[in-house]
Amino acid sequence: MDPLILSRMQFGANISFHILFPTITIALGWVLLFFKLRYNATNDSAWMRAYFTWVKVFALSFAMGVVSGVTMSFQFGTNWPGYMERVGNIAGPLLAYEILTAFFLEAAFLGIMLFGFRRVSNRVHTLATVLVAGGTTLSAFWIIALNSWMQTPAGFEMIDGKAHPVDWWAIVFNPSMPYRLTHMLLASGLTVSFLIAGLSALRYLTGDRSESMWKALRTGVFTAAILIPIQIFAGDQHGLNTLEHQPQKIAAMEANWNTGPNVPLVLFALPDEAAKENKFEIAIPDGASMVLRHSTSGIVPGLNDYPGLHPPVFPVFWGFRIMVGTGILMLIVSWSATFFLKRRHSLPRPLAILMVPMALSGWLATLAGWYTTEIGRQPWLVTGVLKTADAIGPVAGSHVALTLSIYLILYVLLLIAYLGVLVHLALKAAKDGDTSPLPGVMKTAMSQPVAGE
Amino acid sequence: MTFDWPTALPLIFAGLMGLAILIYVILDGFDLGIGILFSVAEDAEQDTMIAAIGPFWDANETWLVLAVGLLLVAFPLAHGVILTALYIPVFVLLVGLILRGVAFDFRAKVPAGKKHRWNRIFFLGSVIASLAQGYMLGVYVLGLDVGFGGIAFGALVALCLSAAYAAMGAAWVIYKTEGELQRKAVAWLSTALVLTALGMAAVSLATPFASPRIFAKWFVWPEMLYLSPLPILSALLFMWLWRQTFHLPKPDDRHALRPFLTLATIFALGFAGLAWSFYPFVVPDRLTIWQAASATESLAIILAGTVVVLPVIIFYSFYAYRVFGGKATDLTYD
Repeated sequence: MDPLILSRMQFGANISFHILFPTITIALGWVLLFFKLRYNATNDSAWMRAYFTWVKVFALSFAMGVVSGVTMSFQFGTNWPGYMERVGNIAGPLLAYEILTAFFLEAAFLGIMLFGFRRVSNRVHTLATVLVAGGTTLSAFWIIALNSWMQTPAGFEMIDGKAHPVDWWAIVFNPSMPYRLTHMLLASGLTVSFLIAGLSALRYLTGDRSESMWKALRTGVFTAAILIPIQIFAGDQHGLNTLEHQPQKIAAMEANWNTGPNVPLVLFALPDEAAKENKFEIAIPDGASMVLRHSTSGIVPGLNDYPGLHPPVFPVFWGFRIMVGTGILMLIVSWSATFFLKRRHSLPRPLAILMVPMALSGWLATLAGWYTTEIGRQPWLVTGVLKTADAIGPVAGSHVALTLSIYLILYVLLLIAYLGVLVHLALKAAKDGDTSPLPGVMKTAMSQPVAGE
Repeated sequence: MTFDWPTALPLIFAGLMGLAILIYVILDGFDLGIGILFSVAEDAEQDTMIAAIGPFWDANETWLVLAVGLLLVAFPLAHGVILTALYIPVFVLLVGLILRGVAFDFRAKVPAGKKHRWNRIFFLGSVIASLAQGYMLGVYVLGLDVGFGGIAFGALVALCLSAAYAAMGAAWVIYKTEGELQRKAVAWLSTALVLTALGMAAVSLATPFASPRIFAKWFVWPEMLYLSPLPILSALLFMWLWRQTFHLPKPDDRHALRPFLTLATIFALGFAGLAWSFYPFVVPDRLTIWQAASATESLAIILAGTVVVLPVIIFYSFYAYRVFGGKATDLTYD
C-alpha cells in the first residue's frame, strides 16, 4: 500500500472533517454576539432564547473543531515531517501566533460564555462573547495566511533547501491571502446563516410559531440574502487572482487543455487526462474567455502548458462546479425566502421544506470549494517550493491504512451524532417555544455575580 | 560566556515547551483523571464531577496544543522524528482525546436516554488518552526504543501515569465538592497515590539505566548532591500526602486544595528530574535542541509574540478559574 496516497487520503479526510466546524464557529460567534446585543438593547427574552439555543450548537461545534484540530497538528509530524523541515521557519511562526493569540483566547472565554451567564455581569458576559467571536476569526486569519502562503508563496528565500523568512509582511499578506480570507469568512457566514435558517424552518414545520423561532429564522434568511451576492463577487475576484498566480489551477477548473483565445465555458464534461480531452462536453462558446478576460479573444491558460505539473483535472473541475451550483441555489432560496418574509410575513411550506436540507448547503459549498483550491495546488504542497511527494515521512503504508480506516469510522459516527444533536436541539427548542421559564434573564439577577457557591 | 541569540533562543524555547507540557500534565491531568474515575462513580456523582471541570477542560487541553505547537515550530526536526517513531501511540492518543472531548459535550445535549452511552465514551476516551500518554513517555524515556523492553516499560508507565491522573482527578474532586462524593474522592486518592509513587519510582530508576549518558549525569559528585532534593522531596511529599488522606476532609473544609497543590508539586519535581536527564537533547541521544531548532529569525519573531501574549494568557486563565471558583454547582447554559 502506497503511504503517499494513503497519507493524502488521511490528511484529506481529517481536514475535511475539521473544516466543517470552524466554518460554523467563525461566523456563529458573531451571530451570537448579534443576539446578545439585540437582547441588551431591547430586553426581549426571545433574543436570549435564540442565544441559548445556538450557544449549544456553538459549544458542540467548537469541541468538534478542537479535537479534530489537535489531530491535524499532530499529523504534520506523524505523516508529513518534510513539510516542517523545509518550510517550518515560515509555517512555524504563523501556527504559533494562531495558538498564542487566538486559540487560548477562545478556549478561556468559552467557559464564561457558556456557563458564566449568572456568574459574571451582563457586560462581562457580552465581552466574553466578543472575545470568543474575535478569537475564532483571528484563528481563521492565521490559518488562511499560512494556507495562502502555501498557494502563493512570497517574502522568503531558499538557503540549503530550507525556506527562510525575509519579509513577514509579504509572507502574511501574500498575493492570494486577502481574497482567500474574504472568501472563507463569507463562506462561514453563509454556512451559519443557512444552518440557522434551515433548523428554524424545521421548527416552523413542526408548528413552532414562537418569537425566538421567527427571530432566528429572519436572522438566518436575511444574512444569507445579503452575503450571497457579496460572495459571488468575492469569488469572482478570487478566481481572477488565481488566474494571475496559479494559471494551471484555472486551466483545471475550466478543463481547458490548450492555451488560446475563444475558450468556451464548459458546463458539463467528463475530463479525461490520459486522452487530454473532455468527453460529453456541453459548453458556451467563448464563455471562459469572457468570464476570465472579459473578451472573446482573451487568452485562457491550458493544461498542456504544464505537463506533469498540473493538478488532477476531474476533482478540480467538478469541485468548482458543485461550489458554484450550490451558490446559485443559495441565491435563489435566500432571496425568495426574503421576499416571502418581508412582503407576505409568512413562509410557504414547500420553501420551508427545501430550506431544511439547505441547512447543510454551506458545508457542501465549502468542501467543494476547498477541494477545488487544495487539489488545484497539486502536485505542489507549497507552490514551486515543495512537492507533496517530498514531504512524506517514513511511515509504513499498513499503519496509515489502519489509522485511516479507524478515523473514517470515527468521523462518520461523530457526524451522525452531531447532526442528530442539531435536530434534537431544534425540536427541543420548538417544543419549549417561548413559554417555558428562562432562568437568569432578568437583568437584576445577572448583575450579581454569584460568588463562593 | 558571552550571550548570543542563536544559542539562547533554542534554550528559551525548550524551557517554554517544558513549561507548557508541565502545565498541560497538571491541568488536563485532573480532567483526564476525572474521566478515569467515572468508572467508580454513580450517575449523579458523574454530573457533579463534570460540573467541576466543565468550564476549564477546553483551556486545559490548549496547553497540549501549545506544547506540540512549540515542538512543531521551534524544533521541526525533532517533531518529525518523535512523531513518526510514535505513530501508532499518537494515533491512539488522538482517538482518546477526540472521544473524550466530544463525549463531554454530547452527554449534556443528547436526549436523556442516550446520556449513559456518552458517559461511558467519556470514561473510555479518558482512559485511552491517559494510557497513550504514559506509553509515549515510557518509550521516550528509553530513547524511542520500541523493542520488547520498550513496549513492556511503556505499558508500565502507561498504567502509572493513568493512576497519577486519577490521583489528580480525585484531588480536584476533593477541592470542588463536599459531602459523600468528597469522602469517596479521598479514598480514590489514597489508592491512586500508591500506584503513582510506584510509577515515578520506576521511571526514575529506569531512566539512568536506559542511557549511560543519563547515568553519568546523575551519579557523579557533586551533581548527585545538588540533585538529591528532587527524589527525597518527592518521596517525603508522597508520604505526607498519603498520611493526609486519613484526615481528610477536615472540618470547615480546610486544606481542601492542598492534595491538588501537593500533587502538582510532585509532578513538577519529577518533571525537573526528567528535564535534567535529557538536557540538552530533545530526541534522546540523537538530536540536541540546537540541532533541531528552527532558524534564529523565526524563533525571534515567535518569542517577541510570546513575551507579550503569554502573561495575558496566564492572566485570563486565572480569571476564568476565579469566575468558576468555589464548589462545583450544576452546569447550566443559562
